[in-house]
Amino acid sequence: MVILWTDALIFVLMTVICVLAIYLRNKEHIKRPLQKIAGSKVGIASLVVLLFFVLIGLMDSLHFKPTQEKSNEVMSCLDFWAKPLIEHVEKTYSAPFATTLYSKETVVLEDGTTQWSYPRLVYGGRHLENPGSDLIPDILKKLFYGLVQGVACGSLPILIYLAISYKRQKKWIKFDIIPASMRTALFVTFIIVSLGYILIYLSSYYHVFGTDKVGEDVFYQAIKSIRTGLVLGTLTTLIMLPLAIVFGILAGYFQGWLDDIIQYLYTTLNSIPGVLLIAASILMVQVYISNHEQSFTSIIVRADMRLLFLCLILGLTNWTGLCRLLRAETLKLREMEYVQASQALGVKKSIILIRHILPNVMHIILISVVLDFSSLVLAEAVLSYINIGVDPTTYSWGNMINGARLELAREPIVWWSLSAAFVFMFALVLAANLFADTVQDAFDPRRNAE
Amino acid sequence: MIQYIIRRFLYAFPLLIGVNILTFVLFFIVNSPNDMARMQLGQKHVTEQSIENWKQQHGYELPLLWNASASNEEKLTKTIFYQKSVGLFLFRFGVSESGRNIGADIQERMWPSLALALPTLIVGLLVDVTFALMMVLFRGGYLERTGMVLCVALMSVSSLFFIIGGQFIVAKVLKLVPISGYDDGFSAIKFLILPVIIGVFSGVGSGVRWYRTLFLEEVEKDYVRTARAKGLSEVQTLFRHVLRNAMIPILTGVVVILPLLFMGSLIMESFFSIPGLGSYTIDAINSQDFAIVRAMVFLGSVLYVIGLLLTDISYTLVDPRVRLA
Repeated sequence: MVILWTDALIFVLMTVICVLAIYLRNKEHIKRPLQKIAGSKVGIASLVVLLFFVLIGLMDSLHFKPTQEKSNEVMSCLDFWAKPLIEHVEKTYSAPFATTLYSKETVVLEDGTTQWSYPRLVYGGRHLENPGSDLIPDILKKLFYGLVQGVACGSLPILIYLAISYKRQKKWIKFDIIPASMRTALFVTFIIVSLGYILIYLSSYYHVFGTDKVGEDVFYQAIKSIRTGLVLGTLTTLIMLPLAIVFGILAGYFQGWLDDIIQYLYTTLNSIPGVLLIAASILMVQVYISNHEQSFTSIIVRADMRLLFLCLILGLTNWTGLCRLLRAETLKLREMEYVQASQALGVKKSIILIRHILPNVMHIILISVVLDFSSLVLAEAVLSYINIGVDPTTYSWGNMINGARLELAREPIVWWSLSAAFVFMFALVLAANLFADTVQDAFDPRRNAE
Repeated sequence: MIQYIIRRFLYAFPLLIGVNILTFVLFFIVNSPNDMARMQLGQKHVTEQSIENWKQQHGYELPLLWNASASNEEKLTKTIFYQKSVGLFLFRFGVSESGRNIGADIQERMWPSLALALPTLIVGLLVDVTFALMMVLFRGGYLERTGMVLCVALMSVSSLFFIIGGQFIVAKVLKLVPISGYDDGFSAIKFLILPVIIGVFSGVGSGVRWYRTLFLEEVEKDYVRTARAKGLSEVQTLFRHVLRNAMIPILTGVVVILPLLFMGSLIMESFFSIPGLGSYTIDAINSQDFAIVRAMVFLGSVLYVIGLLLTDISYTLVDPRVRLA
């Protein structure tokens, strides 16, 4: 078992979320917005998609050192599970479902003569005797098998749900009696599991999304990138939140010189163009890492350190927006009767802040956290493009795009890396955006009034 | 009014000093000039002498804050802080690590940046406001719902894909415009059309949603109901009343970013190889030219502060309800 820094923080974050969930379980004022979220089909569907992404990300965050091998490599649970994908490395580019390499080479035939043609792939479609005529029927056949098995797998959650409800109510319920939100959730789960199963089934025979320049499976890269996106989106918030909350509430409540200082602080930070501040800080981190090579033993530790630094820097540059919102809200709240009353009763200031102010700004914090998530995932791609994002060895959608964009000039074009990155990123960001909308609808009192 | 502007102007100074100190800490204290020299000269086999030479060449050999060996006021002036950071206030940006004059480079490169950023802003604003108005006009109908779905979908696509896709389809397959490049004068137009369209397109999702909420907030208000009760048609109320009042947040939102347009857009300029300040910055980041990055950080914050100042002034000009305090 190896625990990287980001892993540790992710699990800390998970614990915090669990504790918060247990604490808020039966609170009446939380229940109503939650019911509103549960009532929204889009909200539930996007939540299920997000949960699947989180599941993959968590699986990729459990790192260990394989004992049987002597190498110093660190593996994650996901790597262990996707071992065939890692081992199926070709020589260079190959298109999705191809059986030959993308470019022509001199091939040595069996009788010793050489020929200038497309060499066969080592792994992709190697079970085919005669790829020219068998390829498409075989893909269709595999697709059908995958579909049948995938549908069987996908129906499993539905059956489990029906079984549980049977146990509870002692009779089989009809499908249209299932609550609408549960129906959506089951339906989306069914689709994701079936699709995922088909992809996994096919990827053991072919390279579903092709291979990249060094012959690595693009499907595997896209899956591994999920963790990077999630880490950036969540850990940044974890770093940003304490700063924004403490400064925002203090500035709003105490006013005076404290307020002046905090306002000065965030206006100063705000006035530096965000990308440049990140660039400057990342340059500094690079200098630091290259001057302290001895403390970063393996590539994965160094890449992880850089990812953590990136989260830290993004967090330090991003807290100002939320801080300003919180300050404005606290300014309003401190004039409310209940706060005035507790002041008159002589309640300690720290207790007023924690018991009266903080719970009443929670909705702002929650909304801004979910809103920030998608923009952070998108920002990663742009930052990686300018070379100030994650380490080039880290799997990330930004790095995939960056590596693939120059290949568009080739003939025929290499489009699969870009498409894979596009599909996965779009799915995650779209789900995050839709979920953010639902959360905002549910928790924003201004929207509730309508 | 003038008094107010002067006061706001004076308020900008502590901000800029703060930015200056922050960049100084970031660039010189977190990493000493020695580290920088080692980085620039390559990691292995760097002798003390070559580090000293490099520092001498770039003017980093002085002490950071206090030069004890110098005489009188030179104790303060013969330091890195004075020479590298204070000069920025007078827009003396110094020379880059490769020996070019940064100030001259900036003056030359800010016009292409502006030529790209200004049309993008104006066209984008017009497109966004038009679509938002249409969605408000047909609110509650299918048109609005499809519009919203489209907006969320557009928002969820990384701008990189818009650029790569647009460049590929329009410039490479259809060959309507050159793929990248730049030219002086009016011949620059054919190079700028595509980046402007892509820039507008990638901003349309979030833009339309933002303006729609602005308009919807206005539509609910009493004066709009009065206007309707007077018998004005929906289109008339929208244009005469809603749009006019919503103009206040729209205008002030635009004014903030006006000065920053000079800085250009990092990815657009590098994808279309437009020689603006954005690509200048990217090149500096990639070649780890700290002098340029430092200058751009300072320039960016100066422009932002100017933007804030302009916003305050424009508030008072557009909205007579705002009084200067």
